[in-house]
Amino acid sequence: MLRYTLKRLLSLALSLIVASVVIFVAIEVVPGDPASYMLGINAQPDTVAALREELGLNVGPFQRYVNWITGLVRGDFGTSYTYRTEVADMIGERLWISLPLALFALTMSTLIAFPAGILAATKRGSAWDVAVMGVTQLGVAIPNFWFAMLIVLVFAINLRWFSAGGFPGWDQGLAVGLKALLLPAISLALPQASILARVMRSALLDTLDEDFIRTARAKGLTRRQVLRRHALRNAMIPVLTIIGLQFSFLLAGAIIIENVFFLPGLGRLVFQSISQRDLIVVESVVMLLVFAVVVVNFAVDLAYAAVDPRLRSRG
Amino acid sequence: MGRGGWVRAALSSRSFMFGLILSLLFLGAALLSFFWTPFDVARLTISERLQLPSAMHWFGTDHFGRDIFSMIMVGARTSIAVALVAVGIGMVMGVPLGLAAAARAGRLLDEIIMRGNDLVFAFPALLIAIMITAVFGASAVNAIIAIGIFNIPVFARLTRGAALSLWKRDYVMSARVAGKGAARISAEHILPNIANLLIVQGTIQFSLGILAEAGLSYVGLGAQPPTPSWGRMLADAQTLISLAPHIAIFPGLAIVFTVLGLNLMGDGLRDLFDPRLRRARA
Repeated sequence: MLRYTLKRLLSLALSLIVASVVIFVAIEVVPGDPASYMLGINAQPDTVAALREELGLNVGPFQRYVNWITGLVRGDFGTSYTYRTEVADMIGERLWISLPLALFALTMSTLIAFPAGILAATKRGSAWDVAVMGVTQLGVAIPNFWFAMLIVLVFAINLRWFSAGGFPGWDQGLAVGLKALLLPAISLALPQASILARVMRSALLDTLDEDFIRTARAKGLTRRQVLRRHALRNAMIPVLTIIGLQFSFLLAGAIIIENVFFLPGLGRLVFQSISQRDLIVVESVVMLLVFAVVVVNFAVDLAYAAVDPRLRSRG
Repeated sequence: MGRGGWVRAALSSRSFMFGLILSLLFLGAALLSFFWTPFDVARLTISERLQLPSAMHWFGTDHFGRDIFSMIMVGARTSIAVALVAVGIGMVMGVPLGLAAAARAGRLLDEIIMRGNDLVFAFPALLIAIMITAVFGASAVNAIIAIGIFNIPVFARLTRGAALSLWKRDYVMSARVAGKGAARISAEHILPNIANLLIVQGTIQFSLGILAEAGLSYVGLGAQPPTPSWGRMLADAQTLISLAPHIAIFPGLAIVFTVLGLNLMGDGLRDLFDPRLRRARA
């Protein structure tokens, strides 16, 4: 396990380095001079020069890359040009919306998908199975932002149970904050739960067909015991993979959903920064999201190496 | 299965036929819109704004008085074009990479390709689009590139996995013994045998591409006005949804039915190609 972990760790580090180079080149090298890009075509030469100085653009790209990375490692993400505040502070503030939103949606999608998938697989061919498959087929086809608009129409505009958007802040209490995130989390969770329920069903059907399940039944375990001790445990490997992948989609999906609900999270920050040409912010937020995705997938790899020892030897 | 058997099996699969009909319906609408739409989507008739569905305007009109049915027809063009080209990019780049990785399985080239794949997977299409837009601005072309890049590892991974098992088959062995090179074996023996898989995955990525395009143009990173696109129509509808829900409902339904149709068709194709798998697609 140690060898496997080290190997994965090395590949994690390598991925992060390559990703950071790609992001740096895309955002700082490709547009030519970021300072004149950020200020637009009507900028005065001395303003551009001042911004170049401020952003540390007067050194070569390699040195700039090194400065950026060492800054990131120390937690210094630079200063936003438009907001005149530390990017790290802005991200930290907004992370308190995006991260709970993604986790809320992930929890919800798992809580819906597991029972639905298990029900469909164990009662294969029944009306339950048909219902789960039908609903999930629809669930993967519905764009989450459109679903979000529809539930806003019903629950916020018509029934007035929720506010249509915005975030009151966590200082108003946990319940108030969660209530504001409920509709966004449901919209994010819907397609994910549909995918996960289908994965759960097919993974479970595959294991229920295996010989060891028959053996377990033959030695006198009840269906429920077989399901819990043998089938579910083996079905978890593909399910875990999908949960890991989903986390990245949830973070990215949150970017769109935050826009539907006017939530001041990372997604809104990215779009505001794009429209204000604040490249420094875009660069750091994208890097942060990629970092999160890579680290989560690393954790998933380790998790299923722990569940399934055969995977360790394959590296 | 003979040719007649294929057609019979296809006709008897209700979900496949439903998917096929839905998909053809939207393709037909997109093609027809090049020659004819009930109303001109470029003409604004403010006096007819936000009308409810009627015999004249089947899906009603939007806030500029444009006919929503006509806009959905033209929007189908954008969605289909973006998703189709993006799948094309994914296949053209991803399949050769996957074939090469399988031919050199376990060696350095394989390792580089697969790690590269993992890396691209770390950038969801939306993040790629955000980076491209931050630098080059928003457009349908940039949306295509973003979705296309994201498709590459999908096809590379699928191709490698399927090709790996074929490399162990007897007929590939005999081709090697006969002195054929890896590239020729890949093209002549491996590729034809994984074509079915690629077609099935292609329809699935196509439907994901339509969803992605809708999402990108909804947040303003895709097709720009005046080009009608379903995501854009939904973005415009958002502020008016309490006044005129129909302008949000129809473009959304267009997306749902297209994606549903493609998914059902993909499922059906998979069953037709490989009846052993006729069970559950995740």
